[in-house]
Amino acid sequence: MTSPHIRQPASVQRVMLTVLLALAPGIAAYVWQIGAGILVNLAIATAAALAAEALVLKLRARPVALTVTDGSAVVTAWLMVLAFPSIVPWWLTVLGALFAIVAAKHLYGGIGQNPFNPAMAAYCAMIVAYPALMSQWPAAGQGDFAAQLQLILGGSREVDAVTGATALDTLRTGLRNHADVNTILATGAFGFVGGRGWEWIAAGYLAGGLFLIATRSIDWRLPLGFIAGMGGTACLFWLAAPERFASPLFHLASGGAMLASFFIVTDPVTAASTPRGKLIFAAGAGIIAWFVRVFGAYPEGIAFAVLLMNICVPLIDHKTQPAAFGQRTRP
Amino acid sequence: MIARLFSFRGGIRPDSHKKESSGAPIRPVPLPARLVVPLIQSSRGGARPIVTVGDKVLKGQCIGEAEGKTGTAIHAPTSGTVSEIGRYPMAHPSGLESPAIVITPDGEERWIAHEPLDLATASRDELILRIQASGIVGMGGATFPSHIKIGKDSTIETLVINGAECEPWITCDDRLMRERAADVVRGAMILRRLNGARRVLVGIEDNKPEAIAAMSAAARARMDTEDADGGARIDIVTVPTRYPAGGERQLVRVLTGIEIPANRIAGDFGVQCFNAGTAHAVCRALVHGEAMVARIVTVTGDVERPGNYEVPLGFPVADLLALCGVRPGVDRVLMGGPMMGFTLPKLDAPITKGSNCIIAASPGLFPPAPPEQPCIRCGRCARACPAGIQPFDLYWFSRSRNFDKAGEYHIFDCIECGCCAYVCPAHIPLVDYFRFAKSEIRARDEERRAASQARARFEFHTFRLEREKAEKAARLAAKAAETRASLSAAAKADAAEQNVAPPPPKPPT
Amino acid sequence: MLPPILTALLIMTGIALALGAALGYAAVHFKVEGNPLVEQIDAILPQTQCGQCGYPGCKPYAEAIASGEAETNLCTPGGDDGARTLAELLGREFKPLAAGAVVEKPKAVALIDEASCIGCTLCIQACPVDAIVGAARQMHTVVSKLCTGCELCLPPCPVDCIALVEEPRTPQNWKWKYPATGLRVVA
Repeated sequence: MTSPHIRQPASVQRVMLTVLLALAPGIAAYVWQIGAGILVNLAIATAAALAAEALVLKLRARPVALTVTDGSAVVTAWLMVLAFPSIVPWWLTVLGALFAIVAAKHLYGGIGQNPFNPAMAAYCAMIVAYPALMSQWPAAGQGDFAAQLQLILGGSREVDAVTGATALDTLRTGLRNHADVNTILATGAFGFVGGRGWEWIAAGYLAGGLFLIATRSIDWRLPLGFIAGMGGTACLFWLAAPERFASPLFHLASGGAMLASFFIVTDPVTAASTPRGKLIFAAGAGIIAWFVRVFGAYPEGIAFAVLLMNICVPLIDHKTQPAAFGQRTRP
Repeated sequence: MIARLFSFRGGIRPDSHKKESSGAPIRPVPLPARLVVPLIQSSRGGARPIVTVGDKVLKGQCIGEAEGKTGTAIHAPTSGTVSEIGRYPMAHPSGLESPAIVITPDGEERWIAHEPLDLATASRDELILRIQASGIVGMGGATFPSHIKIGKDSTIETLVINGAECEPWITCDDRLMRERAADVVRGAMILRRLNGARRVLVGIEDNKPEAIAAMSAAARARMDTEDADGGARIDIVTVPTRYPAGGERQLVRVLTGIEIPANRIAGDFGVQCFNAGTAHAVCRALVHGEAMVARIVTVTGDVERPGNYEVPLGFPVADLLALCGVRPGVDRVLMGGPMMGFTLPKLDAPITKGSNCIIAASPGLFPPAPPEQPCIRCGRCARACPAGIQPFDLYWFSRSRNFDKAGEYHIFDCIECGCCAYVCPAHIPLVDYFRFAKSEIRARDEERRAASQARARFEFHTFRLEREKAEKAARLAAKAAETRASLSAAAKADAAEQNVAPPPPKPPT
Repeated sequence: MLPPILTALLIMTGIALALGAALGYAAVHFKVEGNPLVEQIDAILPQTQCGQCGYPGCKPYAEAIASGEAETNLCTPGGDDGARTLAELLGREFKPLAAGAVVEKPKAVALIDEASCIGCTLCIQACPVDAIVGAARQMHTVVSKLCTGCELCLPPCPVDCIALVEEPRTPQNWKWKYPATGLRVVA
C-alpha cells in the first residue's frame, strides 16, 4: 500500500445522494403545484434505470453491486423525469431510462466515460421520437392525481382536462400571431415572472442548487455561466425590442432553466472540467438554449444546447488548461 | 516584521494527530546489538567505506568518505567495532538492498575529538567543506546534500527555514524547535552567512504555539546579544495550518509570495530553503564539531510509548518499534508521514538521515482503502491540488499509458503530496498512477538518451572504420610511390654511371 | 429561373470546387516537413547495433526497411512492440518476431573478466559503439555506460572471458508498478 495512507470519508455514493437531496425542494414544489403524478414516473424511471444498469454491468463483467449502489443511475433517472412532462405514459419513461443508461452511458464505457449527458440525450431521443407525447404538459394548479395516474398508466389520452400550454408555448404561439409580449404575458398562464405554478418549481431547484454550492458539491461557475449566458442573451434582445422578446427573468424562470443551471450543466462527467472551461461551457449552453427557444423549432432548447456543448468539451478543456504552480509568475 | 502572508491554491486539512507524540520531551534510546549504517544516505551520491572489518571506531569518526563532489560523508554513530561491510535492505519503498557498514557498539559511546571551526576566521569554502565532511543532508526527508545547495553561486535575498511540519502525526521538528531553539537559530544564521541572504524567515504552522514561542525567544536573544550577524534579521512567522504548507515551494510562496515553477530551483528566485533540523545539524557540525550521527525520529501510531527519540543512524526500525511497545493489531509500518510516507517492505531497514517518522499502522487508525471506482471527473482533486494541475486528466493519461500527453499536462509539476487521492470520492490511488507514469517516463527518456548516444557512437565508429580504410589505402599508395621513386632513383644512378639517358618517369598511380 | 435540379447541381459543383481549392491550399501551405523516412525508422530502432537483423547496424537496417527490402520484424531487441510501431509508421501489416527469437531480455551489459583477458583486442574491433577500451596485450575493459548489450564481443573472444551481466537494480532505475485496480471482475 502506498501513500497517502489516510483518506477523507467521501464516496461517489455520497456525492450522488447529495444531488438527490438537493432535488427534493424542486420535487416537493412540483407535487404541490402540478400534482403527485411525477412521483409515479420517478419511481418507474428509478426502477428501470437501476435494472438496466445492473443488467449492462453484468454483461460487461463489471462489479455490479459497487456501481449500481453508487446512485448515479438514480440521479440520471430523476433528472430525466423532471425534464419530461410528468404525464408521459409509463412506457415512454421506461424507454427514456433505458436509452439514457444503455445508449448514452454504457455504450460509451459507463460512469465517467460518457461524453453526453444521459438525461438530456434521452430527452432529445424521446422528443424526436414522440413529439406529441413529449409536448403535453400538465396544467398547473389542477393537481388531479387520479387523472394524471390514468394518463401515465396508458389510459386513453383525453388530455384536454389536465394539460395546458406551458409558458414558453404560449409565448411562442402568441408571437407567431404577432401579439405583443406584454399582452401575452398578461394572460392567465403566467404568474409573477414565469409560468404560473412552474415558477415555484424553479424556485425549488434554485434553493437546492444554492445548497449544492454551499456544500461545495458543484462548482459555482457552471450555474453562473448558464444563468449569465441565457440571461445575458435574453437581456440584450429584450432591451433592443421589448415588445418582441421576453425578459431575462421570464426565460430564467421558465421551462427547465433552473433545473439545467444547477443539475444538468453541473453533471461533472459531461461538463468541461477546467475553471475557465466551466464558464465557457455553461454560458455556451445557456446562449444556445435561448436561441433554440426563440428561433428554433422546439419550445424548449436546453437539451439540444447541452448536447451541443458536450461535443465541444474536449476542445474547451484543452484550450483552457489552468496554469500550473509557478507558471504564471515566471520571470 | 512581515507585512503579509501569501496563500497557495489547494491543500487539505486532515486531522493532525500531533498530540499523541508531541507531549513528551525528546528521549535517548539504548544502543541496539548492532547498527547498520547505509553508505547511501543522500539523494545525490554515496560514500566510499574507509574502514575494514575489525576496525575499532569512535563515535563521530568518518567511516565513509564522500564520493565525488555531490557525495556526503557518513560517520560512526557510536563507538565500537566494524563487524561487517555488506548489503542490507534500504529504507526505500522498493525494499532494495544497498551497501552498509555494520557496527557492533562497545557501549562506551566514546566520541572522537571534536574539532569545531572558528566561525570568526573560517572562510566560506572551509565552512562548506566541513558541511560536506560532516555528512549534512536535508533532514525534511528529501536528503539533498546541503553543501551543494548552499555552495551554489546564486544571489540569495531570503533564507527560509522550514519549521512548518505540515504532515499529520509527525512532531520531530516541533520538539526540536521547542527544546533546541537556540541551536536552530544559530545554524540558520550560519547558513545565512554562507548564502549571503539579507533576511531569515522561519515558517511554523500555527498548530505549534510552543515551538513558535521558543523560537521567537531564541531569535530575540540572538539579535539582542550578538552583532556578528551584521544586523540581519531573523523572523519567526506563523503560517496557517494547511497541508502541504511545509512543501518547499508552498512555504516559499506563503512567506515571500514567490512561486517557483517545477523546473526551476528556489535559488533562481533569490530564495533558499532549509529544514529546521538541517539548521540544527549545521550548528552542531560547525560550532560543536559533531558530525551527523543521529536524528530525532517521531515514533507514533499504535504504540504504547509514542514520542520523539534521538536515534543513532543505522538503528534498525524493528528495534526502535520494540522500544516503544507495538500494540497488537499493527499490520504495517510507515516511514514518513501518512500523506507521503511509504510502507516499509522490511522492518530491519535502518533509520537514515531522512527518516523523520515511524508510524505503527493498524487498520483501526489507517483503514484500508475502499475499492477503487471509476472517475466521475468531479474535480475535487483539482481543487485540492497545490501544484495547480488537473489530477483527473493526468489519471486518464497515466492509466492509458499516454505518457506524452501526461508530460504535456505537467505531470512533473506533481509533488506527490497526496491531496488529490485524499479527497477523491472514487478512492482512486491517484498518486500511484502518477508515480508509475513518472518512473516510466524517466526510464523511457533514459532509454532514448542511451539510444541516441549509441547511434552517434555507431555512426562515428563507422566513420572511423571508413577513415582508417582510406588512410590505410593512402598510406599504401604513398609507400608504393616512395618505393617506385627510390627504385627509379636507383635506376637513374645506375644509368648515370653507365651514361645512359634515363627513361621518362612514370606518372604516379 | 433554372430548373431546381440544375440549381442543385450548380450549388454542389460550386461547393466541391471551393472545398477542393481550400484543401489544395492547405496541402501546400500547411505542409509539415517530416523527417526523411530512414531517420524516422532509425529513431524507433533501439540502437543496440547488434546486427541480429542481418544488417551491420541499426541505420543500415533502417535503410533496408525504407527501401522495402527488409521486413519490419527482424529487430530482436526492439521486440514485438518495436515491430508494431514500425509497421504502424509504414502502414504495413504487423508481423510478430520470428518464433524462437528471444523476447524481453532484461537490459544487460558486457563485463570482461579482467583476470582471464589476454589483451587480444578482438572484442575492441567487434564493438560497434567503441565501448571497450584497452591496447594490445593490455587488459581490456567495458565502459558499461556506453555498452548496448549487443553481444557482438562474445564470439570473437578466444578465451571466453566476456559475460553479459544484468544491470543492478538501484533506487534510481527502480520503477513504480502499474497500480492494481479492482475495476474488472476477474473471471
